[in-house]
Amino acid sequence: MDSCELQFLTGKARQLRDDAIETIGTFGVGHIGGVMSVMDALTVIYYSKIKNIDCKNPRKADRDRVIMSKGHAGPAMYVVLADLGYFPREWLKTLNKNGTNLPSHCDMNKTPGIDMTAGSLGQGLSAAAGMALAAKLDNNPATIYCFIGDGESQEGQIWEASMFSASHKLNNLIVLLDYNKMQLDGPVAEINDLAPVEKKWEAFGFFVQSVDGHDLEAISNAIDNAKASIDKPSMIVLNTVKGKGASFAEAAKNCHSMSISEEMWRKETGRY
Amino acid sequence: MTDDREIRATLAQALVEAAKKDDRIVVLDADLMSCHATKCFKEAFPNRFINVGIAEQNLIGVAAGMAAMGKIPFAYSFAPFATRRCYDQIFISVAYSGLNVKIVGSEPGVAAEANGGTHMPFEDMAIMRAIPKMVCFEPTDATMMEKALPDILAHDGAVYIRMFRKKAEKIYDDSLEFKLGKGILLEEGKDVTIVASGIMVARALEARVILKEQGIDAEVINLHTWKPIDKDLLVRSAIKTGAIVTAENHNVYGGLGSAVAEALSTTHPTPIRMVGVQDEFGQVGKNAYLSEVYHITTSDIVSAALEAIKMK
Repeated sequence: MDSCELQFLTGKARQLRDDAIETIGTFGVGHIGGVMSVMDALTVIYYSKIKNIDCKNPRKADRDRVIMSKGHAGPAMYVVLADLGYFPREWLKTLNKNGTNLPSHCDMNKTPGIDMTAGSLGQGLSAAAGMALAAKLDNNPATIYCFIGDGESQEGQIWEASMFSASHKLNNLIVLLDYNKMQLDGPVAEINDLAPVEKKWEAFGFFVQSVDGHDLEAISNAIDNAKASIDKPSMIVLNTVKGKGASFAEAAKNCHSMSISEEMWRKETGRY
Repeated sequence: MTDDREIRATLAQALVEAAKKDDRIVVLDADLMSCHATKCFKEAFPNRFINVGIAEQNLIGVAAGMAAMGKIPFAYSFAPFATRRCYDQIFISVAYSGLNVKIVGSEPGVAAEANGGTHMPFEDMAIMRAIPKMVCFEPTDATMMEKALPDILAHDGAVYIRMFRKKAEKIYDDSLEFKLGKGILLEEGKDVTIVASGIMVARALEARVILKEQGIDAEVINLHTWKPIDKDLLVRSAIKTGAIVTAENHNVYGGLGSAVAEALSTTHPTPIRMVGVQDEFGQVGKNAYLSEVYHITTSDIVSAALEAIKMK
């Protein structure tokens, strides 16, 4: 990655964070923590890596897919999709309001650009695996990106899907674990520990990389390495900070879901 | 008369034929290929048969993902594991997502026989019927299964197929004109209507003969599609006979009796007697024995018909 691209992505990630803070703040409450923690990886995927997407044809057959299995990070997807022109930016003001096309959890039938419905945790990875398998059957060049949460990884279906993906050598599947180490009720390690998470995924047959989930260059390199995998699906462990880039969320004891006042989001974004 | 064809083998072979012309069709199973006679599909299309192993949640999720890529997956398991075990996956990843997945649940109700209570679903249609837009279908014999497949394929949405696996009583021949969602008036009558599905259809026809000997003229409807329900046919028959008996290999709570009562009570309230499992769990035993235990025999239908007529 050259310095010019790094500078662009850094600015873009900041802008998208501000968009998300404003979007959730405008509604008044939302899953700010997990939205902020995936934003750097989403930025790298959508503004550097993704292939064959077209905002005018969101269901283009050979597009790369992005499945947000931790479906409560829907607003992170929405700010990206709005920025890329899938729908008008004004829609962001309707988040979670009556009749909106932007519900808190991702809905493929409501929001242009959303590739899979999610919200009941643990389900998105199976769908991603099915997409990756179908792509292989059809010689479709699509790469399937799937974000999962660390708390979500307590669902047994994640491990059913991981075993299946390795068994079918789905090297067109890149799973990104948002390892921010916090879930709704507290630290993952205290509630039902996921560690040693890299060893678990290696044991399940994945090509595993562990990176700083806020280092854009490291994420970019990890995705390039993942795409070069010959016979294994990939796991990229994103070591992240929940609420990253929203100072009030980072300072909070638990920022899984927070109330955000107008004063808070304006001060944070400098948007008046 | 017992059919000379198994329903499972008939469906599998029909899928092979359909898949030759339609490359969207894929078959998935959860380690029960041998029980579903789908080996012929695997041999014909090795890459389009996916055995996910014993992981029903993943079975449905993978099917949903393939459907999102334009495939038409048929996801098989025993009925309790194809429904109860992965209910939220069916609800969210398939139905709520609007994806075109066909779910085949085999060995419904007493057909589970020696596998017993853990494998004997009397509630599968009830829970599937509660999912918005889910089409719920129970084939009666091999001919019906074969004739239903084009409609099932043509329907762009989720379908649950409650499939008796083996050789059922043969009811239909090649003259059957099948339409998903449209019940079949098998025998006309004027005194009482027997609405039956699956293995209960043959018993309903036997009950009609016995009732005839007692001077009672029973109408028999095969309601193979429980949802969407053929309300027009039910109302027409209820107006004519004024009394209904439902017959199902399923719990009456949420099952065929409930569905018929829901349809008629809001349009043409009619006395109804429900022959079905009365809020019980399953157990091991032969079909005939279990049918006695759960009161779903021919004579139970006859008694219910006499009671329903008295309620007029």
